[in-house]
Amino acid sequence: MANIMIQQGASGGLVFYLPKRDLEASIESIEFDTPEKWGGELKLDNGGTYFIDPIAKPARLPISLRAKRLGAAED
Amino acid sequence: MTTLSREETDALIAEVLEVYPEKAKKDRTKHLAVNDQTIEQSKKCITSNRKSLPGVMTIRGCAYAGSKGVVWGPIKDMIHISHGPVGCGQYSRAGRRNYYVGTTGVDTFGTMNFTSDFQEKDIVFGGDKKLAKLIEEIEELFPLNKGISVQSECPIGLIGDDIESVSKKAAKAIDKPVVPVRCEGFRGVSQSLGHHIANDAIRDWVLDKRDGQPFEGTPYDVAIIGDYNIGGDAWATRIILEEMGLRVVSQWSGDGTIAEMMNSPRVKLNLLHCYRSMNYISRHMEEKYGIPYIEYNFFGPTKIIESLRKIAAFFDDSIKEKTEAVIARYQPMMDAIIAKYRPRLEGKKVMLYVGGLRPRHVIGAYEDLGMEVIGTGYEFGHNDDYDRTIKEMGDATLLYDDVTGFELEEFVKKLKPDMVGSGIKEKYIFQKMGIPLRQMHSWDYSGPYHGYDGFAIFARDMDIALSSPVFGNLVPPWKKAAEEVKKAA
Repeated sequence: MANIMIQQGASGGLVFYLPKRDLEASIESIEFDTPEKWGGELKLDNGGTYFIDPIAKPARLPISLRAKRLGAAED
Repeated sequence: MTTLSREETDALIAEVLEVYPEKAKKDRTKHLAVNDQTIEQSKKCITSNRKSLPGVMTIRGCAYAGSKGVVWGPIKDMIHISHGPVGCGQYSRAGRRNYYVGTTGVDTFGTMNFTSDFQEKDIVFGGDKKLAKLIEEIEELFPLNKGISVQSECPIGLIGDDIESVSKKAAKAIDKPVVPVRCEGFRGVSQSLGHHIANDAIRDWVLDKRDGQPFEGTPYDVAIIGDYNIGGDAWATRIILEEMGLRVVSQWSGDGTIAEMMNSPRVKLNLLHCYRSMNYISRHMEEKYGIPYIEYNFFGPTKIIESLRKIAAFFDDSIKEKTEAVIARYQPMMDAIIAKYRPRLEGKKVMLYVGGLRPRHVIGAYEDLGMEVIGTGYEFGHNDDYDRTIKEMGDATLLYDDVTGFELEEFVKKLKPDMVGSGIKEKYIFQKMGIPLRQMHSWDYSGPYHGYDGFAIFARDMDIALSSPVFGNLVPPWKKAAEEVKKAA
């Protein structure tokens, strides 16, 4: 599990940030994106995938969450 | 010197790396790259923020340097204790030229060195008591201090002293913030982790201490974040922002105070200059207080105008109008500077190797003077820095991360730039090679370089360095005479 932050990107999409490793990547897809259920599997543009427990859609971004790493980006 | 093509630059990297043993070569290859503007993500071409190889000459600092030297040190009304042996604090004191207003030793303490001066017995029996006594003494001798920070040096982490409990007790006793910072030098691969640790310490011990207290705000409150006032940079920045009609509530951390930091959560917009060292706290404020942050660049008129409009876009029309008025007012001054210096500097090539934000931020200023940056690199940058750099640099230029002494020398020998922008450790190597160098860490004891006023000084300094007659006298007269005689014959 790792602490991550999800924020609104300048170009409209969501941006994933992992403070521990200073990793910034845009989120390509999010599994659930409805007002009551938001989260699930996150696919990043660097090839990594992370999982966050689905929650109600946060009223304001950025938000800090705990995420599980499913597949690491190659590096 | 003509600009190299992509293949030639690739060949140059391969040639320079030839001398390394196989394993070192493999590692260093990942840190050197030819810039390709089409790449979106820097990690595809360059690796950064990795441990330096043992045996090569790196000029990185340590976590203590990142915390005490960079982020905490410039906060002028606090006393920063270098907790541990005397050297770390003594050899780094007052070297960074982050200017401040105040009477040193009375109400400000920027250039002074406070240390617990660890001896053998403190390592063996622990230094907690010494620290407690030291804080007591400080309070007695310097009663106008507004707080104390304890910057750990390596031994503190090694012997496991509990500076947090001492700090908490002392804070209660003296009724001022006492901030323990766990920035032991061995943490992380460079000073970059020290910035992060320092940011986290500010977040945990300082930032929220005035939450809920009354504050008279205006809709135009901003904070300057990540400007360390080297040679007065933050002042030059502040002048412009105030002319735009904004109210600068706090300066982080050049010429800054702890009260300003505590007031920062009330601003409307955070203006982030040094992304590398202060993005952590900006992100935190965005999440906790909903304050957006933007990165700006105050080097050179092109970037200043771009940044001013970007900042103004966050505010109402009155600010936008004033911003345009500011731009219009300074334009003749900028035109005059460019008209004066551009003919003298046009077409000159520069290589940079610095830290923080300058490897990408100063490119615009050089371009305004008609100069070209042919190589750049960060001492301790991360991938997000290189992401931002790729777009600023020309195609097929050289990028080098944590470059070693040998590599940088070889690159300079091969690329033959007219000028190098780096630090004191490189200065005399390259000047003896006949290439002028300007220190881009301390502005070579000049400055400010930020803002409109700074650009005038920047242009003059670059001209001074490049046009100095001394570089025409590198060949001693007796050898020159021999050459002329040969030519004549």
